[in-house]
Amino acid sequence: MPLLVRLLVQRIALGLLLLFLVSILIFAGTIILPGDVAQSILGQSATPEALANLRRDLGLNDPPVERYFNWLGGVLQGDLGTALTSGQDIATAIGKRLGNTLFLAFWAALISVPLAILLGLIAVRYRERWPDKLISAFTLASISVPEFLIAYVAIFFISVRLRWAPSVTTINDSMSLGEKLHTISIPVAVLTLVVLAHMMRMTRAAILNVMQSAYIETAELKGLRMFNIIWKHAFPNSIAPIVNVVMLNMAYLVVGVVVIEVVFTYPGMGQYLVDHVSKRDIPVVQACGLIFAAVYIGLNMIADIVSIVANPRLRHPK
Amino acid sequence: MNDQLKYLTRRAASGLMTRREFVGRAGALGVSALAATTMLSTAVKAAGPVKGGTFRMGLQGGSTTDSMDPALATNTVAVALIRMWGEPLVELTDDGGLQGKVAESFEASADAKTWTFTVRQGIAFSNGKEVTAEDVAMTIDRHSGEDTKSGALGLLRDIKDVRTEGRNVIIELNNANADLPYLMSDYHLIIQPGGGKDAPDAAIGTGPYIMKSIDMGVRFVAEKNPNYWGDLGHAETIELVVINDNTARVAALQSGQVDLIDRVPPRTAGLVSRAPGVTVASTAGPGHYVFIAHRNTAPFDNNDLMMALKYGMNRQEMVDKVLFGYGSVGNDTPINAAYPLYTEMEQREYDPEKAAEYFKKSGHEGPVLLRTSDNSFPGAPDAAALFQQSLAAAGIELEIKREPNDGYWSEVWNNKPFCTSYWGGRPTQDQMFTTAYLSTADWNDTRFFNEKFDKTLIAARAELDEGKRKQMYADMGSTLRDEGGLICPMFNDFIDAYTDNLGGWVEGVAGFSMMNGYAAQRMWVNA
Repeated sequence: MPLLVRLLVQRIALGLLLLFLVSILIFAGTIILPGDVAQSILGQSATPEALANLRRDLGLNDPPVERYFNWLGGVLQGDLGTALTSGQDIATAIGKRLGNTLFLAFWAALISVPLAILLGLIAVRYRERWPDKLISAFTLASISVPEFLIAYVAIFFISVRLRWAPSVTTINDSMSLGEKLHTISIPVAVLTLVVLAHMMRMTRAAILNVMQSAYIETAELKGLRMFNIIWKHAFPNSIAPIVNVVMLNMAYLVVGVVVIEVVFTYPGMGQYLVDHVSKRDIPVVQACGLIFAAVYIGLNMIADIVSIVANPRLRHPK
Repeated sequence: MNDQLKYLTRRAASGLMTRREFVGRAGALGVSALAATTMLSTAVKAAGPVKGGTFRMGLQGGSTTDSMDPALATNTVAVALIRMWGEPLVELTDDGGLQGKVAESFEASADAKTWTFTVRQGIAFSNGKEVTAEDVAMTIDRHSGEDTKSGALGLLRDIKDVRTEGRNVIIELNNANADLPYLMSDYHLIIQPGGGKDAPDAAIGTGPYIMKSIDMGVRFVAEKNPNYWGDLGHAETIELVVINDNTARVAALQSGQVDLIDRVPPRTAGLVSRAPGVTVASTAGPGHYVFIAHRNTAPFDNNDLMMALKYGMNRQEMVDKVLFGYGSVGNDTPINAAYPLYTEMEQREYDPEKAAEYFKKSGHEGPVLLRTSDNSFPGAPDAAALFQQSLAAAGIELEIKREPNDGYWSEVWNNKPFCTSYWGGRPTQDQMFTTAYLSTADWNDTRFFNEKFDKTLIAARAELDEGKRKQMYADMGSTLRDEGGLICPMFNDFIDAYTDNLGGWVEGVAGFSMMNGYAAQRMWVNA
């Protein structure tokens, strides 16, 4: 088997094993949380009879291990099951929520990734001069402030004061693409600010690292223009760490935006997951956990593959 | 009133001028703000509701896990939605009395054991089917049957038999209950076709609106039901967005994205009311924040210690610092003036000397352990800290244990001997006492067992003479106040806020927040 294929197969197998372990962890985690789904559904108005009836109907009296394997069997056949709380089909509900989350993540990534790399390149070009310092100060400031604070400040100025864009971003199917984009403009801006610094700093550091190499010195001595050296010689050789940090931030945009979704009332996966964790709706929590884990593992895998492809030395071990 | 003022009032009443502008301009003409507001609300009433438009509300409490089944409704969003598409047999009037909804009229037998509800003639469900007595009987059956999951089961357990006779529904009870119609106004008990047995979450009822779009925990759209029998429902469309984050909800109102929000945090209510075009409406209700002790568990089985704790609480300070004035002091009973048969009792005041005396008499030594968490009521840890300080002045040490929000209701409340909690209140004293203070109550969260109290409560149910009933409730109230495990520092107001875009708010409606959940039907969108 060619080395590249073997590396890929290994990584995918490892990913699947990780997913399996994650599903066990999540299941165990939700089992040890206090209270159960029946208690959560009925809340303060739970009478012993109603509780017993609901527990029986939801199959909560079965042993946990049996419930776990029933669930796993369903997933392996492509059936995520139904939510205990609402009886909705989980796959349908998640499909819509995941679509919304990816929509928000897509636009945030589309703006933040090129912007971060561009800013990183500029910072290297004008290293230790005012553009570099300005970019660093600005991005460091934005990453140091908690994201909900940035969100609230943005809401106060852009939404409440200027009324340019809404603060409640419940997008729905009846909206046109333009309306949707206008609706999500503030959260996209906030997310861009939140992930920008990390990617920009890594781009800058990776390129600077390469800039120490002998061949860059050669290029400089040949009298090439600085930006050409950075763009044509240094950047391609720092692709691997940059892709790594980009993938990490894209994963964050999908699975880590719970706070932003709550602040902006955005109907994505984060809110959906939080609602179901607090109700102890295990099948839904499991499904969300699996998807989140798959996103992380998948994006990391892509980063690894890109690193391998970008670095010939990894393909030809000594 | 001079002509200029008349002109201004007319403009403001028809929505051409904001309330704030009007008060300012009237002030310039020498009219006080209070008089101007009164003038305006009179004029608005005279101008009458405006038909049409979209009513947008942003509410707290909804979740993706909710269901449209009224039997499972637990939060404000669910109640607001139920009020749009469905109606119970009877409903509270603004002053806490009763009016017929699906039932045209109702009457009790002389012993208050048999009740007859007459179903209104010629009204239909939103699917076109006429409402029959059978639908009503089946609805009651669904909520009271043995295998129900309904939150209303606790109320209906005493029903022996439900039968129909033409347009009449006859309910027979095991024990007399003069308050049965009040129980029927419960928001779970929405009359559904076939009792909702086939499709409990179909959202088909007799209400003024029809649900057009349902996205649980996110957004709901309802449109006017063209065949609604009554005169509720002024806006053409209602859009309800769930906004659980407090700051986001307030911002949505301030930026004009929604016209009405509920649960304005008391801490920021003053600030919100200063925003242009926004009115903060605070309504006194039966909801109360409590410190509950199990009377059958040491050391709280010692009544002297209970009295020490009760006298060691500075109630006014809590209303000022936890509710920021949006509420009223409690008196260690769950009852306040929001109840129809309320009798005033001497107010228990903070008295560190008496508390110290009782504490000494109790013979208790060492600290008292109180458990609390933020979701037991907003500001509960702050209230606990205030309690700690006021007790310290009496030489009593209170140890506070902060519990996680998650799981508080299953692990701490009704489980641990002393904790903070809240009660939303009930429409009648009988219901409130029956729910939490009867020895056999499902939620006897103070473990209060008092034979005399139980007997009086059962007897009061059968008592149709109002004067006698009132006295009985007063007696039960003072028993609770002096022997109960409830320490009730305050009754919290409902704080809602709406913009000038809306008209028709009525002050002081009995029941839940947002005019007992009817704001969307009774208010209108200014054209």
